[in-house]
Amino acid sequence: MMTKNIRREDMSRAAIVHAILLTYTLVALYPIFLVIINAFKSRKGIFSAPMSLPNAETFSLEGFTKVLARSNFELFFFNSFTVTVVTIVIVLLLASMAAWALSEYKFPGNTWLALYLAVGIMVPIRLGSVSILNLIVELGLINTLTALILVYVAQGLPLAIFILTEFMHQIPKDLKEAARCDGVGEFKIFFAVILPLIRPAVATVAVFTMIPIWNDLWFPLILAPGDGKQTITLGIQQFIGQYVTDWNAVLASLSLAIIPILILYLIFSRQLIRGLTSGAVK
Amino acid sequence: MSNKVFAKGLAAALAASVALVPLMASAGELVIESWRNDDIDIWNDQIIPAFNKEYPEIKVTFSPTPPTDYNALINAKFAGGTAGDLITCRPFDASLELYKQGNLAPLDDIAGMDNFSDVAKSAWQTDDGSVTFCLPMASVIHGFIYNKEAFEAAGVEVPKTRAEFYAALDKIKEEGSYIPMAMGTADQWEAATMGFQNIGPNYWKGEEGRKALIDGSQKFTDKPYVDTFAELASWASYLPDGYEAISYPDAQNLFSLGRAAVYPAGSWDISLFNSQAEFEFGAFPPPPAEGSDTCYISDHTDIALGLNAKSPNAAEAKVFLEWMTGSEFASLYSNALPGFFSLSNHKVEITDPVANEFVSWRQKCESTIRNSYQILSRGTPNLENELWNISAQVINGTVTPEEAGKAAESGLAKWYAPHQ
Amino acid sequence: MAHSGPMTDWRKAKLPVFAFLAPATIIYTLFMIYPLIDSIRLSFYTTPSGGEMAFVGFDNYRTILGDPDWSATFWNSFWNNMKFFAVHMLVQNPIGIALAGILSLPQLRFRNTYRTMMIMPTMLSVVIVGFIWQLILSPVWGVGVDILDIFGLKSLFGPWLGKEGSALITLSFISVWQWVGIPLMLIYAALLAIPDDLVDAAIVDGATHFEVFLHIKLPLVLPTVAMVSILTFVGNFNAFDLIYAVKGALAGPNFSTDIMGTLFYRTFFGYQLQLGDPSLGATVASLMFLIILAGVLFYLFAVQRRLARYQL
Repeated sequence: MMTKNIRREDMSRAAIVHAILLTYTLVALYPIFLVIINAFKSRKGIFSAPMSLPNAETFSLEGFTKVLARSNFELFFFNSFTVTVVTIVIVLLLASMAAWALSEYKFPGNTWLALYLAVGIMVPIRLGSVSILNLIVELGLINTLTALILVYVAQGLPLAIFILTEFMHQIPKDLKEAARCDGVGEFKIFFAVILPLIRPAVATVAVFTMIPIWNDLWFPLILAPGDGKQTITLGIQQFIGQYVTDWNAVLASLSLAIIPILILYLIFSRQLIRGLTSGAVK
Repeated sequence: MSNKVFAKGLAAALAASVALVPLMASAGELVIESWRNDDIDIWNDQIIPAFNKEYPEIKVTFSPTPPTDYNALINAKFAGGTAGDLITCRPFDASLELYKQGNLAPLDDIAGMDNFSDVAKSAWQTDDGSVTFCLPMASVIHGFIYNKEAFEAAGVEVPKTRAEFYAALDKIKEEGSYIPMAMGTADQWEAATMGFQNIGPNYWKGEEGRKALIDGSQKFTDKPYVDTFAELASWASYLPDGYEAISYPDAQNLFSLGRAAVYPAGSWDISLFNSQAEFEFGAFPPPPAEGSDTCYISDHTDIALGLNAKSPNAAEAKVFLEWMTGSEFASLYSNALPGFFSLSNHKVEITDPVANEFVSWRQKCESTIRNSYQILSRGTPNLENELWNISAQVINGTVTPEEAGKAAESGLAKWYAPHQ
Repeated sequence: MAHSGPMTDWRKAKLPVFAFLAPATIIYTLFMIYPLIDSIRLSFYTTPSGGEMAFVGFDNYRTILGDPDWSATFWNSFWNNMKFFAVHMLVQNPIGIALAGILSLPQLRFRNTYRTMMIMPTMLSVVIVGFIWQLILSPVWGVGVDILDIFGLKSLFGPWLGKEGSALITLSFISVWQWVGIPLMLIYAALLAIPDDLVDAAIVDGATHFEVFLHIKLPLVLPTVAMVSILTFVGNFNAFDLIYAVKGALAGPNFSTDIMGTLFYRTFFGYQLQLGDPSLGATVASLMFLIILAGVLFYLFAVQRRLARYQL
């Protein structure tokens, strides 16, 4: 009797839990779903039956045809991809080097340097835009992807250093001591022993670096707004600006921007949580 | 300074180590900056090919940004040195300031500049008229576009007077199958441009009132202006549900999908409706009060093209500008973009019936331009932006017409001596 | 959290230590710290059109805080920003905590699928999110009305994005919808790190999962909650993209959605017939910097210290 009651209670509790989770999942996904289904409809279909799936009568690819003919989506996507990947690689390398030095070596001002490097977590780089624009103009880097990469590296470093320093404190002492006893040089210890060890934290750092970069509108808008150097986010903003009245094109361009990032996310999401829970951020 | 040298070295090293995307823009490719995002197809399919027939070696790209972002973006692009070669010019102060900052080149030496009247050029000249810095392209005329089927369904005629206009709207509302008037206030500028500046000239007698505002002999608290705001406020009951959140493209869609009877228009809307609406539509000028003998229309010198003073392709850009002064462009432009009326002296046949209707008002009514553009938007707060906000609020019902007049006047009084 | 601190004396490895630290420190200083300091410097200068920069002391600050027009605009955007932040604190973070708590229940099926799906909006660009919601809430398209109609709430629908009273709140909710993933992720990770024996012991004693969450788990993750709060604060006072994408730089109606980011953009770049002013823009940025700094210091000295005392 007892156990039966408990089981029934468990069942109803599980039902409530799943009802809550399902509801929120629906809230999170439905708007995205709505955009994607309407991207495959004709103008009439979009307006007369916005919530129904495209059928034989309303199915149309005219939005996509227009987007692909009239804009450089492949190029914008490639720009975003280049900027994001290069930035992540540089951030990971430089941040782990700095984090290693901060966590491993005792030197005067160690704590202060760590604090100095952490300021950037709290202060948004956007507030320095006026001077960044001047600096980039002076360096002759306006409308280049390099300008974006430099700024994004500076923006990504503080949090990455912070996360990786915490992480490196947990690397067992024996490992490096063993290497030192064998007379391995400090550079080699880092590149051969330590760097491979931070893999669990890589996904976390990569995601936290990637989200703000991939989705940024501000710096592409002021540093690289033209010349075929637009990122996908800016490209979308500009494209939608050009075709606001044409809902087919608007919905198709939104879908084209959403789908790649969601695929990337689905591939990496497991690693992201594993990285988070293996003690990278606590 | 040494850190800048260092930075350069560092940046160069990084740039070298980073695999960069192939260069896009080749030399001699002209980029036209514009806010006319609706026109992209016409430029790509008609105007640029026509130019390339004569000058095949010059590649031209038309690159528009949304109208509301255009000015900020152009300023940012000039600040960063990323602006295109040819810059579409807003009339009066915005472009004048760009010229003063050295961003726009003087264009007096362009052959064919004398194809434009002084009035046409006045919106893009220095205050003393000595330098012209943009090549006038077109003016736009305000009025109302209507759905002929909707008028038939409600049994109303094209209104000749203000009283007839509102009687017609009431009838359409009563009949119920159409939204009487398609406009929203979400983007704010429609309220000022398609509303206030559209119906206002009939109250302030066009140029007479516009000049009186500039010399300070009339104020926004005077009757003509408060009456304009009052008429604007009465629109609220004819607009679609939720008009506060309806944007300009929403309103265009409402009308072109055949859901609304009247659309407060700029003549530039004609081409979009030609391509999207599946019903017949016509146009009428803002109806004057009963018994008044003159009608006034806003025939605004709206658009011109300037040359980026730092363009690396200035020679090619001038070739393009010179081509634009010719009769081929005037006729092509006026007909490809029905509703943009060429400002050149060339005689142009307009084939589009609705555009022809708009331009015919030049004969029966007195023309004026928007009253906030010349001189009055030079200070902070800026009259044009104030009017956007105030006109939207008048229609939303959050300020009364009297308060609206006071707000506009007090903004002007803050910096403009004739109003202090 | 306590760790032993750096162990190796740097004098044995001067060159490596320098080589490890220099690249990150230089790029960071050049492209982050220098621009921030330079912006503050710029706020003490003025640039007349076409003229040379001139030092004006605190004049720009006097203009923004003292001139009736400017100060009204500034404080309007500040309070709007506070409201924007309050909605995130009161809605986004509690939802994030609750969902994280539910997701961390033992023996939950489809845990990973739920989590992956719920975080999805966070991955999207703000621009895209803005457009999606603008379409859904558009009275012309009618999707919002149809959805409410399913629940029989059709009459509740209004032009929320266009009304002075509701536009900002609506935008805040859109932003919450997008960013719930961040507290969800961080707090979920912190909850998983709690040792199982602590929880098991309580369950054996007869406590329900809800009680365990409230009395054991939640107090243990409070430092993460505090960190999430300060990240929310910094993020909100730095927000710009959503308002810009949905309402434009003029942040209507009647500036009711104007926050500090849009004010900064408008002041710096100008809008419509108004031209931008770099030094006033830098002044607005410096004031934003002070506000964020005040928030961060409050967190460091008032919140974090107190929390540290309660920890084991």
